[in-house]
Amino acid sequence: MNRIDKLFQNKKESILSIYFTAGFPQLEDTLPIMEAIEAAGADIIEIGVPYSDPIADGPTIQESNNVALKNGMTLHLLFEQLKNLREKISIPVILMGYLNPVVQYGMEAFCKKCKEVGVDGLILPDLPMQQYLTEYKSLFDAYDLRNTFLISPQTSETRIRQIDQNTDGFIYMVSSASITGAKKAVSPEQIAYFERVKAMELSNPRLIGFGISDKASFNTAAAHSHGAIIGSAFIHVLRDSKDLKKDIYHYIQSIIA
Amino acid sequence: MDTSMIKVDENGFYGQFGGAFIPEMLYPNIEELRENYEQIMASEAFKEEFERLLKDYVGRPTPLFYANRLSEKYGAKIYLKREDLCHTGAHKINNTVGQIILARKLNKKRIIAETGAGQHGVATATVCALMGMECTVYMGAVDMERQKPNVERMRILGAKVVPANSGSKTLKDATNEAMRQWINNPVDTHYIIGSVVGPHPYPEMVARFQSVISAEMKIQLKEKEGRENPDLVIACVGGGSNAAGAFYHYYNEPEVRLIAVEAAGLGVSSGKSAATTMLGKPGILHGSRTLLMQTADGQVVEPHSISAGLDYPGIGPVHAHLFDSGRGEFVAVEDEDAMKAGIEVSRLEGIIPAIESAHAFHALNQIEYKSTDVIVINLSGRGDKDLETYIKWGNY
Repeated sequence: MNRIDKLFQNKKESILSIYFTAGFPQLEDTLPIMEAIEAAGADIIEIGVPYSDPIADGPTIQESNNVALKNGMTLHLLFEQLKNLREKISIPVILMGYLNPVVQYGMEAFCKKCKEVGVDGLILPDLPMQQYLTEYKSLFDAYDLRNTFLISPQTSETRIRQIDQNTDGFIYMVSSASITGAKKAVSPEQIAYFERVKAMELSNPRLIGFGISDKASFNTAAAHSHGAIIGSAFIHVLRDSKDLKKDIYHYIQSIIA
Repeated sequence: MDTSMIKVDENGFYGQFGGAFIPEMLYPNIEELRENYEQIMASEAFKEEFERLLKDYVGRPTPLFYANRLSEKYGAKIYLKREDLCHTGAHKINNTVGQIILARKLNKKRIIAETGAGQHGVATATVCALMGMECTVYMGAVDMERQKPNVERMRILGAKVVPANSGSKTLKDATNEAMRQWINNPVDTHYIIGSVVGPHPYPEMVARFQSVISAEMKIQLKEKEGRENPDLVIACVGGGSNAAGAFYHYYNEPEVRLIAVEAAGLGVSSGKSAATTMLGKPGILHGSRTLLMQTADGQVVEPHSISAGLDYPGIGPVHAHLFDSGRGEFVAVEDEDAMKAGIEVSRLEGIIPAIESAHAFHALNQIEYKSTDVIVINLSGRGDKDLETYIKWGNY
């Protein structure tokens, strides 16, 4: 059974997904960071595939992308690093990245490699639903990869229903009209949006991301969904860390303990 | 030739190029535009206002000028379509006038734009001042340095100019930044893209606003030559908006050769170039699938051209399709040759062209044509903004 399906079957609330950029801060940190995330008690790992032009990302993730690319990270190298992934990691692993590097790698080769190393799902923010359905869905299905679409506060109800129908795994709720990056607090308008979508009783579970950074914002998001995704705030931890293993443990524990 | 060949389909594709590859956060913005633009553009109220502003504010129609001394030198009948005489000094304002009227019909309150050479930024700041709308322009930090007068022009016009400090700090990065700001302000803001790039419907919409260039060329050539069609149309291509406008009404006239001139920079194989069709392969940037300069790993390569307006690693999807289908002929002109052509046009015709447009002129040395051929060169902008680059180059 796909690990994402299994997770959502067994755990219905306060799911924590952690995003980091592959190859940041150092090229060889990918697997050690994943081990530390799992050891600290997070539920899902999202590995960001670095791209030169990340249009949905704020300064923090732009910078981690730049550093990773300068370090020499490529999709080929990433798959090489993930070769023995499943000897060390048991929680679900998702690759998140912009479409162009994936298309250049070749979508079928990419999906095949994902399956081979034990990746469970994909988030490709600039893959339009129509292209997904007509060109790629059969491939994703063939290699048992869950595809996650995003929704935002501006997404219409009709569109959310359509996305729900064509998503498997979970729906990624972007918390506000915003690019990625840590924010101060969750506003009443955001909570109204979380509740509006919750009331739609979608068939997929919902994780809230963008602007979630600490225990307070995690708890608020989790109270209105199945859990939340932390990216930029975690990148800050990695950037400032002298001891990755220890700092990752403390940070994740500060959210979920 | 299939006469409907260069035409966008309902999903925004020209052949295999185009589409709308955007994050979901931009979907409502793009959808609102896609659902409304054709209807608004077809309305009498829109057409009346657009045509009136093009005439009384922009100064259209721009002349089609017979360039006597250039014609003598190159041995053909060479006409210049004088977009450099548009208000603000380039063709860019044709599009910004159209989009600002559209933005108002969509009840938008704020305008954002990206700019490379600063011509589109100035044209956007200009129409925002005209309409009393708030305007923010994103510009690569490197471009702000090499196009200082345009930065100040935008500020004088009341626009805020925000430097883009990521990547190569040029047009590509300014476009990234404008897209991010549109994600952050999805409801009250309209993004005026300055070229035939970006997600559908932008490439088609911008091309239609610029198509006035070739519509006028047809009328003017009929008067001067007794026929609507020239033998060649030559235009420079960065993203490709002036070329799209100059080619638009000739796409389906197979006897008209369409010459698209890219910036070769220091040479196509020098590693410092912006000749996208020669160096690129299909990829996705700024919301569309197009030809793109990129590494084997799919990272976008930072381009180089002496001209900020051509310094872009992609090309409008319609041009990618022109290239792919063979309907267009593509030529790459190096920095040095473009500068020489700029001086030559200055000396022979008394017109200092923008360095972007100077690339188009040098193509006369790189293509074959007959002495009886009627050639129209789209003189897309004037060189005032480039004086510093001309002075620095110094070879005149």
